[in-house]
Amino acid sequence: MAEAASTPRRWTQRTVAPWLFLAPGLFMFTVYVLWPIVESVTLSFYDWNGLYDRDGNFTGRFVGMGNYRELMTDPAFTTSLWNNLKWLVLYMLALPAGLFIAIFLNQTVRGIRLYKSLFFFPFVISQVVVGLIFSWFYAPNFGLFYKLIESITGKGVAVLADPNLVTYGIIAAGLWPQIAYVMILYLTGLNNVAPDQIEAARLDGAKGWRMLWYVVLPQLRPATFIAVIVTVIGALRSFDLVSIMTNGGPFGSSRVLSYYMFEMALGEYGFRMGYGAAIAVVLFAIMMIFISGFIWKMWRDERER
Amino acid sequence: MFPRPIQKSSPVAQWVYTIALPVALILWLFPLLGVALTSLRPASDLAQGNYFGMPSGIAWENYVFIFTKTPIGKYMVNSLWVTIPTVIGAVSLSLMTGFALAVYGFRANILVFFMFVAGNFVPFQILMVPVRDMTLNLGMYNTWYGLALFHIAFQTGFCTLFMRNFIKALPFELIEAARVEGVSEWRIFWYIVLPLMRPAIAALSVLVFTFIWNDFFWATVLTQGVDSQPITAGLSSLNGQWIAQWHLVSAGSILAALPPVAMFFLMQKHFIAGLTLGAVK
Repeated sequence: MAEAASTPRRWTQRTVAPWLFLAPGLFMFTVYVLWPIVESVTLSFYDWNGLYDRDGNFTGRFVGMGNYRELMTDPAFTTSLWNNLKWLVLYMLALPAGLFIAIFLNQTVRGIRLYKSLFFFPFVISQVVVGLIFSWFYAPNFGLFYKLIESITGKGVAVLADPNLVTYGIIAAGLWPQIAYVMILYLTGLNNVAPDQIEAARLDGAKGWRMLWYVVLPQLRPATFIAVIVTVIGALRSFDLVSIMTNGGPFGSSRVLSYYMFEMALGEYGFRMGYGAAIAVVLFAIMMIFISGFIWKMWRDERER
Repeated sequence: MFPRPIQKSSPVAQWVYTIALPVALILWLFPLLGVALTSLRPASDLAQGNYFGMPSGIAWENYVFIFTKTPIGKYMVNSLWVTIPTVIGAVSLSLMTGFALAVYGFRANILVFFMFVAGNFVPFQILMVPVRDMTLNLGMYNTWYGLALFHIAFQTGFCTLFMRNFIKALPFELIEAARVEGVSEWRIFWYIVLPLMRPAIAALSVLVFTFIWNDFFWATVLTQGVDSQPITAGLSSLNGQWIAQWHLVSAGSILAALPPVAMFFLMQKHFIAGLTLGAVK
């Protein structure tokens, strides 16, 4: 406070200024992101059809843990959760695949810049378009993939109509842009690998796999970290492709939590807002595990600075 | 450099590499190339089962058709109406929040910062019901601004992370010196920091443009009908009407993909700087 007395004007300006700069952004973020999270969690304890009565009052009925109890015995929820797990595990393939392409492209030959950009292409286009492209790719009777399988095995496979294959088919479509994203992260990372360490290791006789594993990968750790985070988020946000390619079908076999939630709250099954909110809370809880990890790592880095 | 530069390898290896590059690229983009070709194939070819053979002609009429007989042009305009205000809004807000979090050492700083970062990663579904409900109650359902306001708020999380790290990396002496001169905080922001932010603004603008143009989920939740639906949602509903008319679906897909692709090629360097979160330097 003594400091305040000596320079009263600047003291106040510097204490107030950050909050003035934060105010508009913080306001919007609170209204549209933070508060809705609280509301959704609350709503998950209610049974609500999304409507208000004539006086504008909320018509929901408190059901306690009812929605969550129902989830436990809902086979569609189990399918969605299981599919989410498949997404998470298989999406991780984007890491080695992206690294492989990045290493393949990390050369200085003529036109390589254009090659890198074109390899990155799938990430730039909308998932809606990716979904349509792969629907065509898998289309029965004339799709490229169908034809390919037909020419090898003599019998085509309608991937998106087969309950056992459909999720894998959609994941493959999702991996296409995700690999491109990871590739660009690794390309940037490879650019900054310390050349002297590589040379030193080369003099010591390190080559190929050993060089990659013991010298290069440790230096790529920041890139790997971001790649894991964006891949996990990508896997759990898998709404667009499911919606475009199959609408969760056939027979609900390609549902994931994000899609099932939408179906329950706004889809043809009616407006079960509370039940949808409960599904969203489960998805949020899963995501929170990864978010906490990310924040924890950031916090550690901040303190080291 | 890793891997070892190809120039140091045997001539055979170099030759193999030169061949492998275009082959790998064609394989990688095969689905996209197939769709691009289909979009120019006459409908009659498809009807006769000629999906991959020589097309009987280049059918620009597919594109003419979707522009004149479907509202695809309107959908694209709607997309711009959502995308451009979002870019301006999110970048402006995050310039200020980023500045506040990078320059001032107040107690709640790190907490506020982590809140923006964490919020940026939450699944959309946890926001869906309340945001839709609020948008409806404010009479903004099915309007471009209803959608844009949400996008501005949500993108502020990611943009704040980026801006804050960018400002942190600027030389702090500049700000110190100005303070000694008695320059007010707002003027420091406006005249000293802002002019240095051009690369960050460019990077975020391209990135946010692409994210918002490609958004499908919120377009589905907050709009319906031709009046306000953006291209992603529009394309999805057109796809429902054009069952198996792949020449039209393809043409529509290519059109929807064009603006972000153009953006990417024009601003490539900035785009990649943005995607790596400025963290992988």
